[in-house]
Amino acid sequence: MTTAALYLSTGLVVFVLGTFGLFWHSNLVRRALSLNFMAAGVFLFLVALGRRSPAPFPDPIPHALVLTGIVVTVSATALLLVLVCRYHETAESESAPPPPLREGKNDANDEGPEDNAT
Amino acid sequence: MIFPGEHFIVMLLALPLSAAILNLLLPRRPASAVLLLAAVVLPPTAAGLGAAVLSGGTISYQMGDWAAPLGIRLHADGLSALMLGLASVIGCAISFYATSYFGDESAPADRRRTDMFQPVWLIGWTGLNGLFLSGDIFNLYVCLEILTLTSICLIAVAGTHASVRAALRYLPVAIGGSLFYLLGVALLYGAGGVLDLELLADRASHAPPFLAAFAFMVTGLLIKAALFPVHYWLPPAHANAPAPVSALLSGLVVTAAFYILLRISSGLFVHLETLRWAELLGVLGSISVLWGGLQALRQDRLKMVVAYSTVSQVGYGFLLFPLALAGGAAAEYAWNGAVYFAMAHAVAKAAAFLAVGALMHQMGHDRLHEMEGAAWRSPFILMSFAMAALSLMGLPPSAGFVAKWMMLKAALLSGQWGYAMVIVGGGVLAMAYLFRVLEIAMRTPPEDAPPLHVPRGLAVPGMVLSVAAVLLGIFSDLPLRLLQVGPVIAQWGRIAP
Repeated sequence: MTTAALYLSTGLVVFVLGTFGLFWHSNLVRRALSLNFMAAGVFLFLVALGRRSPAPFPDPIPHALVLTGIVVTVSATALLLVLVCRYHETAESESAPPPPLREGKNDANDEGPEDNAT
Repeated sequence: MIFPGEHFIVMLLALPLSAAILNLLLPRRPASAVLLLAAVVLPPTAAGLGAAVLSGGTISYQMGDWAAPLGIRLHADGLSALMLGLASVIGCAISFYATSYFGDESAPADRRRTDMFQPVWLIGWTGLNGLFLSGDIFNLYVCLEILTLTSICLIAVAGTHASVRAALRYLPVAIGGSLFYLLGVALLYGAGGVLDLELLADRASHAPPFLAAFAFMVTGLLIKAALFPVHYWLPPAHANAPAPVSALLSGLVVTAAFYILLRISSGLFVHLETLRWAELLGVLGSISVLWGGLQALRQDRLKMVVAYSTVSQVGYGFLLFPLALAGGAAAEYAWNGAVYFAMAHAVAKAAAFLAVGALMHQMGHDRLHEMEGAAWRSPFILMSFAMAALSLMGLPPSAGFVAKWMMLKAALLSGQWGYAMVIVGGGVLAMAYLFRVLEIAMRTPPEDAPPLHVPRGLAVPGMVLSVAAVLLGIFSDLPLRLLQVGPVIAQWGRIAP
């Protein structure tokens, strides 16, 4: 039980970290990562819940929920990344004003150490 | 009965989904025909379900005949049937409008992209119907995510810089909100051991996991419904989307989040007799009503006015919680009023966005100060906007009036004068920002301004919804009777005064 409690609380901590990142960062790729952190936290929590059942086998339902959740999160991440690419393509072609959502200079250093993103 | 109600449930899901797949496979013209066919067939189907629920009570359908703890239960009571009817009417209007809006004028490259509107919207419609039919909390999550992901795609469907930017603003907040809700689901499953809403209701208690789950779920849904402190994402996202998508977002997506909140709070959390959360939601709702109204007054783009009006109107729904928890007759008035308000707002706001979209389509912009004389240049569209505005302001005989009247009655019956003032004050603000628009539109047009010829496909769907918003006010008896079917009212009524 203590192991399960450890995993459960770790899941919550990861979720909170992700939430913090989501609202703190304006860099879109960091936001995507934060969303994945939040999701990973929930999934860890659910997997740990499955372990709590008294039977010799873990409860399968939370695992099924995690699988569904992963599908959703992967789709959302993919969509977000595609939109980020599209955002920069259109910014170049339409010579729009500089993007206020994300301060990085070009796609290459998205995950670079630039700190003006926060 | 020869045609049992369960069949309507299945049809409401199977129709839009199969239409979406067909739409993807077929070439352009037949694909549009499939969309319009689905749009025409869905409202009668929803009406059929409504009739079945009205005559036979709540309908439950076990998918694949798997019983509740293991299988997924679909469930239609009066509230679901009303919401499905609402979604099908608004969805039908949006479908017709969109086929005109993304019509033949655009360049072939753009056309390929805007063609994607149709299948994505049909999938979103499936998610929406599924959401209103879900009887378990995880299924609600999945449907909410289908709806969220499709609405993000739809915001970005035009592929222009502004629309992609709007989608990017919306996405992190929307998905983040869903994850909050999902964590609540996990906590509830951990505490109750089931996902089915009815089974969970029997096991609800004051244990900390239930309270924590409530906090997470409500936070997530507040973000998605754009209540005051977390409303900031809504106006830019709704205002920068293409017009049919704005109507969909403000009319249906926000209502869907509010619906889930209604569902879980009446199914589960009404048993938690701690009143503080109700007061908190009521206060946030009141701030939303006033703040959204004030911001709407300050905007100089018409679409932003309408979008801030959504923030204001969403707040009204949340007054339900403090009003209903007063118990007794007030609870019933509050409940009926809040649901009716959500419906009235959805129809009127969709109508308003469709009208604004038609104007923008012809004028090429939505800057308020350049709209002088729009009423003379395009009387039909302005008439449609004005009728929608009637309901948004809550003037008789519109649906908005009936809803506000019931909520006001609840506030007075339970002696909560502060909320009564918010209800009236929000209406005054709505009049101020909507009359401001109408006043500008009624001025004498500039000499050289030609009359605007709005295509019929853009003018009629909005007008249909505007008329529906007024009719909902005149014939409010039937929807209200339908709303009484099901356990929800009883759950609110059980609260001791």
